[in-house]
Amino acid sequence: MAKHKKLEDYREQIEQCVKCGACQAHCPVFGEHKRESIVARGKVALAHALLNDEVKLDERLVEDMSKCLMCASCFDKCPNLVPTDEIVAAARREIADQQGLSTFGKALTTVIKNPRLMNTLAKSGKAFSALLFKKVPEQSGLRLRFPLPFVSRERSIPEIAAKPFRERHPEVIPGEAGKPTVAFFTGCMINYMYPEIGDALLKILKFMGVTVLIPGDQGCCGLPAISAGDSATVEELSKRNLAALTRRTPDVILTACATCNEGIGRHFKHLEGEYAAMAEKVMDMNVFLVRHGLDKLLAELPRKAVFQRVTYHDPCHLRTQGITKEPRALLRALPGVRFVDMEGADRCCGLGGTFSVYHYDTSKLIGARKVPGIEQSGADLVATACPGCMMQLQDTINHAGLKPRVIHLLELIAHDLPA
Amino acid sequence: MDQRIIRILQEIVGKDQVTTERADLICYSYDATQQQYLPEVVVFPADAKQISLILKMANAEKIPVFPRGAGSGFTGGSLPTRGGIVLVTSRMDRILRIDSENLVAEVEPGVVTEQFQQAVEKVGLFYPPDPASLKFSTLGGNVAECAGGPRCVKYGVTKDYILGLEVVTPQGDIIRTGGETMKGVVGYDLTKLMCGSEGTLGIITKIIIKLLPLPEARKTMLVLFDSIDGAARAVSAIIGGKIIPATLEFMDATTIDCVRKATGLQLPEAAQAVLIIEVDGEREMLERQAQKILDIVQPLGVVETRVAATPAESEDIWKVRRLVSPSLRKVNPDKFNEDICVPRSKVPEMIRAVEAIAKKHAIPIVNFGHAGDGNIHVNVMIDKKVPGQQEKADQAIEEIFAAALKLGGTMSGEHGVGITKAPYIPMELDPAAVAYMKTIKKALDPNNILNPGKVLLD
Ligand SMILES: Cc1cc2nc3c(=O)[nH]c(=O)nc-3n(C[C@H](O)[C@H](O)[C@H](O)COP(=O)(O)OP(=O)(O)OC[C@H]3O[C@@H](n4cnc5c(N)ncnc54)[C@H](O)[C@@H]3O)c2cc1C
Ligand code: SF4
Ligand code: SF4
Repeated sequence: MAKHKKLEDYREQIEQCVKCGACQAHCPVFGEHKRESIVARGKVALAHALLNDEVKLDERLVEDMSKCLMCASCFDKCPNLVPTDEIVAAARREIADQQGLSTFGKALTTVIKNPRLMNTLAKSGKAFSALLFKKVPEQSGLRLRFPLPFVSRERSIPEIAAKPFRERHPEVIPGEAGKPTVAFFTGCMINYMYPEIGDALLKILKFMGVTVLIPGDQGCCGLPAISAGDSATVEELSKRNLAALTRRTPDVILTACATCNEGIGRHFKHLEGEYAAMAEKVMDMNVFLVRHGLDKLLAELPRKAVFQRVTYHDPCHLRTQGITKEPRALLRALPGVRFVDMEGADRCCGLGGTFSVYHYDTSKLIGARKVPGIEQSGADLVATACPGCMMQLQDTINHAGLKPRVIHLLELIAHDLPA
Repeated sequence: MDQRIIRILQEIVGKDQVTTERADLICYSYDATQQQYLPEVVVFPADAKQISLILKMANAEKIPVFPRGAGSGFTGGSLPTRGGIVLVTSRMDRILRIDSENLVAEVEPGVVTEQFQQAVEKVGLFYPPDPASLKFSTLGGNVAECAGGPRCVKYGVTKDYILGLEVVTPQGDIIRTGGETMKGVVGYDLTKLMCGSEGTLGIITKIIIKLLPLPEARKTMLVLFDSIDGAARAVSAIIGGKIIPATLEFMDATTIDCVRKATGLQLPEAAQAVLIIEVDGEREMLERQAQKILDIVQPLGVVETRVAATPAESEDIWKVRRLVSPSLRKVNPDKFNEDICVPRSKVPEMIRAVEAIAKKHAIPIVNFGHAGDGNIHVNVMIDKKVPGQQEKADQAIEEIFAAALKLGGTMSGEHGVGITKAPYIPMELDPAAVAYMKTIKKALDPNNILNPGKVLLD
């Protein structure tokens, strides 16, 4: 069963927090607002109080639990490995179970649960505007208070693709004998908003001779629903993805989106049964490409006389899994790229999925902290490995009036590969 | 709390900066001691004027006020043990100026230590105090606790870098102590009195800091010894050899074991003690200094030495030290960290005393710390859930303090007294000295408003 742990199941991990305060240094949200209820230590204390009935699940607590990017930066640096992001997710499930989903949560899950609806919306170019404008009532505080992301005139968003990625390609693309078979987990953003990233990955995988599976019936990775506390949707999506991705027993399940990697990777490990076994196969594309020697191959190509200065942003969901060297190795190896590390490459971009819907202002403040690093790097392009980060970074760059363009690392690789 | 009081507070600091919500009271009820006391209200003032008004009101209404920085204290200094007001400095977090000509900076108390260090290092200056909590503790909290760290052996502790302060007195007056100059002997030295006063004598609202030029380079060495005695003798020998390294950190055999077990780090079995030695200064000098140190320690039972050639290798060495705290949990879930300090030459004797105490009570005690200044972090490791262990730990801790005092040491090198060490004060200070201190507190804070019940049991 794709059953979720309850908050109570985390009691021991909650009690592992020794209140040292170290997480204050690593929580991007705390960095902006400096209130204890926002940082991991405070959230863990509140979760504990909730378990012991010392505090009620009132509006205030819902608000506190909403102020988390689920970036796991606190977990990464916590000397006692307290998994605050999971604890927050469990608290949000508790909230959803007791009080029902928030309006936004409902709208979101209606869409992500239903690929046909998603397709239709995407085709009419309105996936997110529809989601927000139609499902969020006119008079909602959400609409009034937050300049709605994705649709806000203030916010830059990519255009919706004319044809989703998965509809452009067959389900099986055979490679050379003896080479591995990979299933490509596209995720929503690549499928609907950035199909060119998927195309780039396909070009690279074809070059490497691997067999690629693109199951058409795969769904959303579930992270937005996890984040909204919607366990029913997560369970449904988990089942669908398990069925779709394991049908043809791939050697590896590849993600090109850091968030999806967290969703079907780390998150699936917490579920019972075959889910954990499937999660073991999930691999970020950076790791896969380096493991198969693509960086060495690229380094052997003749260096181009004209290059672009490229810097790199670490998506939290890769950084906290220790995946920081691989993307840099690829970038350094590219013949048309001069790689420059920027200060604060490991700082969160501030998106946090639904976080930026509820707390766009804070999200922008967190994002703005990336600006000096990007500027000083003198980069023409900011590469990263998560479409979510790409959107947020481009928004940040536009607000700051900077020149660099944001690009997915795979597009750079595909560009430099011989045709 | 009385609604009237809340309204006054709201008028002083603004409505959004006062909270009585249960969630907030819970969030400001703890620090790193893991004890819990709920405040009645939490306020986030913006400046000295607001704090002055709060203290005047608190005096009139007889409400206790508990200053709080990042709440990373190890002795409960910021805990609202008597309800009342928790006053948080997190909004007062501006670096007001860095004066490169006079090597002076002025900051608000809520500035996080590391952020300040990075800011001055960017302009080629140096603020040496480096408590292990520097990434999150505040400069106000550092001054109030007179925090120290690995670099103290060469550079001294927080108070050695504080030239002057702006302080709100317990009765609400705003005063300035010290000043901008490197020297100044007019009147009593209130700056030094405030350093380490643990928030009981005044609330620090501005800090004038002395800076140094940033050392050009550093060199880090890891030296493994076959006995703790060898390592301790090495410390005396290095300093006796007229070299003061920037840091001289040590780890005992149990600590090394923990790190090995928890992380799989390759450290030879024969290593019974480790020193991490770092020298800093002009690049050309470092090579020679490092060699001199290695020559001095070589005859003292050295098993292996590793000298970092690059900053990355140096970082790898420091990682060994940083892995200590997280890996201790593998020994036992609950840790009581005492930071006793003894004269440098007494470190081996102190370690032997601690080993005897551990054996006597049959509980693991792990030692590491700042050997260069005799400051040992003695970690009594227990499982609180096992009946009788807490009592054993309490007993062991008291014996550890007694042993440190007998060797001419003190029961706290850096964490302060707060509430956890207050009961032991009579072991270290004679009654006349305690009475003297109490007279000061009483004179400055007749209503016992500011951080009551801390340091001196009243
Ligand atoms: C993991 C860890 C490692 C640590 N390592 C070290 C170390 O190496 N060396 C060391 O010395 N300490 C260490 N500490 C202890 C602690 O970090 C220090 O005592 C630090 O100085 C406390 O700063 P804070 O901002 O957290 O203050 P808090 O804990 O909030 O307060 C500490 C005391 O200062 C008072 N105070 C705070 N701000 C003010 C102000 N503006 N005016 C007046 N009084 C004020 C409070 O009332 C309280 O008594 C460590 C703690 C942790 C959790
Ligand atoms: S770093 Fe970990 S143990 Fe320390 S306060 Fe934060 S969550 Fe708790
Ligand atoms: S997961 Fe990220 S945003 Fe949430 S508490 Fe941890 S560091 Fe802060």
